[in-house]
Amino acid sequence: MKVSIYRYNPETDKEPYMKEYDIDTQGKDLMVLDVLNLVKEKDPTLGYRRSCREGVCGSDGMNMNGKNGLACITALSTVAPGVLEGRKPLILRPLPGLPVVRDLVVDMTMFYNQYEKVQPYLQNDTPAPAIERLQSPEEREKIDGLYECILCACCSTSCPSFWWNPEKFLGPAALLQSYRFLADSRDLATDERLSKLDDPFSLFRCRGIMNCVSVCPKGLNPTRAIGHIREMLLERGV
Amino acid sequence: MSIRTVTFDAIVVGGGGAGMRASLQMAQSGFKTALISKVFPTRSHTVSAQGGITCAIASSDPNDDWRWHMYDTVKGSDYIGDQDAIEYMCSVGPEAVFELEHMGLPFSRTEEGRIYQRPFGGQSKNFGEGGQAARTCAAADRTGHALLHALYQQNLKNGTQFYSEWYAIDLVTVGDKVAGVIACCIETGEVVFFKAKATVFATGGAGRIYSSTTNALINTGDGIGMALRTGVPVQDIEMWQFHPTGIAGAGVLVTEGCRGEGGYLVNKDGERFMERYAPNAKDLAGRDVVARAMMMEILDGRGCGPNGDHVYLKMDHLGEEVLHSRLPGICELSITFGHADPVKEPIPVVPTCHYMMGGVPTNIHGQALRLSGGHEGEAKQIDGLFAVGEVACVSVHGANRLGGNSLLDLVVFGRAAGLYIEDALRQGMEQAEPTADDLDRATARMRRWEDSTGGESVAELRNALQSTMQNAFGVFRKGDLMQDGVKKVAELRERIANGHLEDKSKAFNTARIEALELDNLLEVAEATAIAAEGRNESRGAHSRYDFPDRDDENWLCHSIFDPNTKKLGKRDVNFKPKTVDTFQPKVRTY
Ligand SMILES: Cc1cc2nc3c(=O)[nH]c(=O)nc-3n(C[C@H](O)[C@H](O)[C@H](O)COP(=O)(O)OP(=O)(O)OC[C@H]3O[C@@H](n4cnc5c(N)ncnc54)[C@H](O)[C@@H]3O)c2cc1C
Ligand code: SF4
Ligand code: SF4
Ligand code: FES
Repeated sequence: MKVSIYRYNPETDKEPYMKEYDIDTQGKDLMVLDVLNLVKEKDPTLGYRRSCREGVCGSDGMNMNGKNGLACITALSTVAPGVLEGRKPLILRPLPGLPVVRDLVVDMTMFYNQYEKVQPYLQNDTPAPAIERLQSPEEREKIDGLYECILCACCSTSCPSFWWNPEKFLGPAALLQSYRFLADSRDLATDERLSKLDDPFSLFRCRGIMNCVSVCPKGLNPTRAIGHIREMLLERGV
Repeated sequence: MSIRTVTFDAIVVGGGGAGMRASLQMAQSGFKTALISKVFPTRSHTVSAQGGITCAIASSDPNDDWRWHMYDTVKGSDYIGDQDAIEYMCSVGPEAVFELEHMGLPFSRTEEGRIYQRPFGGQSKNFGEGGQAARTCAAADRTGHALLHALYQQNLKNGTQFYSEWYAIDLVTVGDKVAGVIACCIETGEVVFFKAKATVFATGGAGRIYSSTTNALINTGDGIGMALRTGVPVQDIEMWQFHPTGIAGAGVLVTEGCRGEGGYLVNKDGERFMERYAPNAKDLAGRDVVARAMMMEILDGRGCGPNGDHVYLKMDHLGEEVLHSRLPGICELSITFGHADPVKEPIPVVPTCHYMMGGVPTNIHGQALRLSGGHEGEAKQIDGLFAVGEVACVSVHGANRLGGNSLLDLVVFGRAAGLYIEDALRQGMEQAEPTADDLDRATARMRRWEDSTGGESVAELRNALQSTMQNAFGVFRKGDLMQDGVKKVAELRERIANGHLEDKSKAFNTARIEALELDNLLEVAEATAIAAEGRNESRGAHSRYDFPDRDDENWLCHSIFDPNTKKLGKRDVNFKPKTVDTFQPKVRTY
């Protein structure tokens, strides 16, 4: 099959370019990461991140035939019709909207900065008990669909509001994590967290375009979380 | 070669659960701490841990007792786990787990609001007399993810200095003392000397020495390689755990928690065969016992599938609701990699390389040890070097680790090493001062690859190494096959020494990293091969056709592999816990 990959090495290339490879997959419905590994055996200069190869570490977010996702859990048959059969090329590009370090590797600094801005850690200054803090199953259920985020950046880099205002809009991933702590019955910094988000940009730049939801490889829903925070902010304003 | 130096009180190499627990301890106390990790910390292998962290927190059973957990762990280890270390882990465990909860780890909950615990293999109440226990604390089936993120978050809060996507190449030693590490920034290619009074290895496992493994692609045993290259020995390195339920073909794991929640294994006749091998514990016997039983079924022609090369894990009887609430991640993995929805059909599974019980020998403070005579003699501490987590052998797992005990090992001993180093720093620790020659030695291997002009490719050599290990050092082992394996590995050492790195560029050069990793895979493979060939008995995960029985007379001991002489020696197991009576070796049945 034909694979077309975005290549850029800052030391030798003036401009990025697409490089074509012919890869024999023996007709198997491999994961995109398996295909990349086959390419790398032929051409070791190709750069990409990978670690767990099972969709839990968030290393290999990339753009596959126009859609962001994790290479390791995206089977060729699900990339686009015709790719598995070799009728259409597999087209791999780095996540959009972040500076490219090399080939498919992007500089995630901006993304991590946004994450750090929401104070992504439990805040509770009351003296801890000798055992665990109690939490009912119902309270615990409120953070399902939030804590599972793997920081792959597929969502934020598909969000137009993030592309336009990466310095000021926090982006879906960071906001999802913000809500993960707002929704945790053990966290006591609700007011402070909300105050930090109460400006025209940090959260309110979200236009509800839902790109983030459609690409999240873990099936999470940042738009809904953003909606919940919005409600909390409005309620607080009253 | 001139080299930039950065100086810290302590550096931790590795951002998995063990490394981040250690760095957190020291950062909280205000020590200048750097954490070096070849991947962004939350992408470390700990993120993959599914089932949970085993600990007697007395939630599921209010009468649970850490001594029962200790008994199970000693038995699970086939009696070569050190009883003082196991005692420490099991008794301190609850404190360490409650701390994790206070940090924010989102454990699943019981109706009482306490941490949810599920049954895992090898667990009992009342010293094996009271039936199956449920002792594994879980956050659904994503416990490792939840744990790793909580630790990362706390490190952020406490100002640990992260060097993410930095690759540690080799230790800098001054005589017998460790002065820090040489590491390379993956993004720019810059090489820097990280100088510190304490260097903590937390580099995780090395499952990638096998072709089929549940381990992440980054698990290349870098810490073991660095240790061996500077003459630090490894202990019990022949002990590799094969997990019963790797998804056939893919190698991806489904947790023992599947069986803990009520799933069981069947052969092609639909028979629940574990009833024959372990009448009491059945599917929740020790992992070594279950893995061997599965292989016997397959070898006897009762395997499933067109090639009869796997068995089935059946869970559909548990119902959709239980599966989706308790094992949501497993359902995803099984559909993606096993093409089976556990709600409707069984998952094809086969024993798969999973965990390295051996490693750098340490005491309970994480201090690395060497023996006075290389492979024999008195154990003494190595100044400046510590090891925690899967890279270390303290030893709490002996010849077979119990499920959920690794995560506990990470946080208990990560914390213990942190506490010890803090104390030592307060009292004044010495900084070894390397000469230019000392630094040169630590960059030699990188320069070897940089100067290579031709030879075999890294991918080719790695494939050859992995298949050698897979064929000769699997679930069942045999003397002649292993001798052949040892020879092949020795040949591979020659070939790898002449291997070729074609791409010499600086920016995010993953080819260079893979070449450096290959050196480490080789070190782990060689030590494994020699130690496995040398242990003439069957114990725990080490199972030999030619020596089918446990031999307590000669082998109730640790093995020690000395890289300088490549000799295998023996070291006494600790049978002296401080607060309980010794657990005497017994025949191990489940
Ligand atoms: C699929 C799977 C499921 C598991 N489930 C469970 C479970 O439910 N319960 C349980 O108790 N155990 C489980 N285990 C075992 C357990 O997860 C591991 O033993 C444990 O996570 C290892 O943690 P660690 O901190 O030692 O190392 P890791 O988490 O592997 O981290 C190693 C770190 O070292 C860094 N590193 C390595 N080499 C270098 C280098 N040269 N330079 C810089 N950095 C380097 C890496 O970047 C990484 O940050 C499971 C294992 C697997 C494979
Ligand atoms: S819903 Fe909001 S956060 Fe998500 S993609 Fe659209 S604008 Fe971005
Ligand atoms: S919300 Fe989903 S897409 Fe976004 S970073 Fe988290 S896991 Fe990735
Ligand atoms: S490699 Fe970990 S998510 Fe793909």
